[in-house]
Amino acid sequence: MSVLQLAAAPGSPAITSRDRRFGALTAVSCAVVTLLTLAAVFAPAVAPYDPTQVDPSAVYQGPGGAHPLGTDDVGRDILSRLLYGARASLLGPAIVVVVAAVVGTLVAVTAAWIGGRFDAFVSRALDVIFAFPGLVLAIVAVAVIGPGLMAPAAALSISYIPYIARVLRTAAIRQRNLPYIAALEVQGFGAAAICARHLVPNLLPLLVVQATVAFGYALLDLSAVSFLGLGTQPPAPEWGLMVANGQPSIVAGHLEQSLSAGLTIVVAVVAFNLLGQGLSRAFLGVDR
Amino acid sequence: MSALLSIDRLRVELPGEKGTRTVIHDVSLDVGAGEAVALVGESGSGKSMTTRAVMRLLPEGARLSGEIRFDGVSIPGMDRRALRRWRATRVGMVFQDPRAHINPVRRIGDFLMEGVRLDRRLSAGQARERVSRLMRAVGVGDVDRRLSQYPHELSGGLLQRVMIAAALATEPDLLLADEPTTALDVTTQEEVVAIIDELRRERGLAMLFITHDLDLAAAVCDRIAVMYAGSIVEERPAGALTPDASHPYTRGLLAARPEIGRRESRLRTIEGRPISAFEVGDGCAFATRCPMVRDLCRRERPAPVHVTGGRVACHFAGEAEPQAVAGDGGAR
Repeated sequence: MSVLQLAAAPGSPAITSRDRRFGALTAVSCAVVTLLTLAAVFAPAVAPYDPTQVDPSAVYQGPGGAHPLGTDDVGRDILSRLLYGARASLLGPAIVVVVAAVVGTLVAVTAAWIGGRFDAFVSRALDVIFAFPGLVLAIVAVAVIGPGLMAPAAALSISYIPYIARVLRTAAIRQRNLPYIAALEVQGFGAAAICARHLVPNLLPLLVVQATVAFGYALLDLSAVSFLGLGTQPPAPEWGLMVANGQPSIVAGHLEQSLSAGLTIVVAVVAFNLLGQGLSRAFLGVDR
Repeated sequence: MSALLSIDRLRVELPGEKGTRTVIHDVSLDVGAGEAVALVGESGSGKSMTTRAVMRLLPEGARLSGEIRFDGVSIPGMDRRALRRWRATRVGMVFQDPRAHINPVRRIGDFLMEGVRLDRRLSAGQARERVSRLMRAVGVGDVDRRLSQYPHELSGGLLQRVMIAAALATEPDLLLADEPTTALDVTTQEEVVAIIDELRRERGLAMLFITHDLDLAAAVCDRIAVMYAGSIVEERPAGALTPDASHPYTRGLLAARPEIGRRESRLRTIEGRPISAFEVGDGCAFATRCPMVRDLCRRERPAPVHVTGGRVACHFAGEAEPQAVAGDGGAR
């Protein structure tokens, strides 16, 4: 993941309305993200079948007819599994991003405000976390806590903190040095009040952009963990898990399960990435 | 009588590439309750740095010695709580560029409400009432509309009035004004100065007024202190500065003012360039540009001497200036 170029709200060069245009690609990615979210929330209402219902009489049915995307090796409806799978597949990254955003913002603003040696220490600590691969940490967490959604999500929450904190720290230092912060200090506001009411709100656009992009990457990482059989456990539906489950069937010529789940992951990750880019252009006037 | 604000032998050193650099050298200045004192000097003479030292806004790593007292309490000695309380209730500050000193993404009303609510005894209704009163006091009409606007929708002059209102929000005893009119156009300058002057007199507010404009200083202040290279070279009652000025730098400044009705092909200037406090050697800071410089000036730094109504830091204060062309004695 590349680090965002910064153009925080106050004190930044003028942004023209042309830079702020909300492109067609952003609109499409926004629609995809909304659809995926709706699918996760309303899965029981829109899914045609029970996602865990095994039907020996309907194994390996092709797409079309009673099963729009076909069935898997034990006769479960693939579309229903994808729709229900959106829940675990999106909940994981949501946890990761929310935890990383909250902790990352706190760390970044505290370090930027205090500065000096504390800031240097925090920055090096973030570098250390940044250097440690998130997937490896997730696998270690599974080994210690046990497989499931929570262990890898907790591990990735930690490894995603630097993605948020490093970018936000730079922007927070810039804000910290703007005259309006000094003016507020002179008025007699405490550090906590200035940060909560002025500094953090002015960092929000950047935080939203950074979190959106991180969401896509977290989704990919968590799908990989599930693919390895360490995340969400069968028979519960999850996209990464479905790609893995469909593998033996590929040899038998039935691509439907792995392909549809894999494509869903790709579409979701790309959509979050493009949305992040579009928001970056709209909020901050810069391309990533 | 003890002063409201008393600066005693203030010295500020900033960390630089080659060791520390002195930017304020033994500045002593008193501001009595209700008194207006101007700090006049060129850019880099240390006048802003002096106010920053008073407000505890010095950059990281700055070293401060000497004492600053407010109502007898040491400001450098305050802990964080006391400092916040003092800033919130006893002192207000107006800056040079109002646009940079106000959060651009908050409405004017929110900004002022926040400031007024620093006085914790006020209810929301009372706070709103006080905000409207403050806005009218600084001469802003159409208050309700203004309060719902963002800083970028207001002109510089209006925004500076808002800053003044914010500075006065908690009814302080001392106002620090750091070139409050420099960023404004001339007609607006006049209005803003008039408002500051009027409010100050009405409320019995003491003021430390930073400016590089001698005439402006004389118009709104009781006393004027002239700074050069981090030191105060002369201090006089405002009315007596022009006739009594005895430091060669002050005289140079006074002579350099253009006057309506005096025809001149060239404006008079002080030879040489202004130096910074850390460039000053053992001698007088002004020795490199002084038209009446002598050996003593380069060897020994003159201490401020009390004279009628003021102080002067010059070995030969009051001696007649040589009639020779300026620049004669401008030894390097």
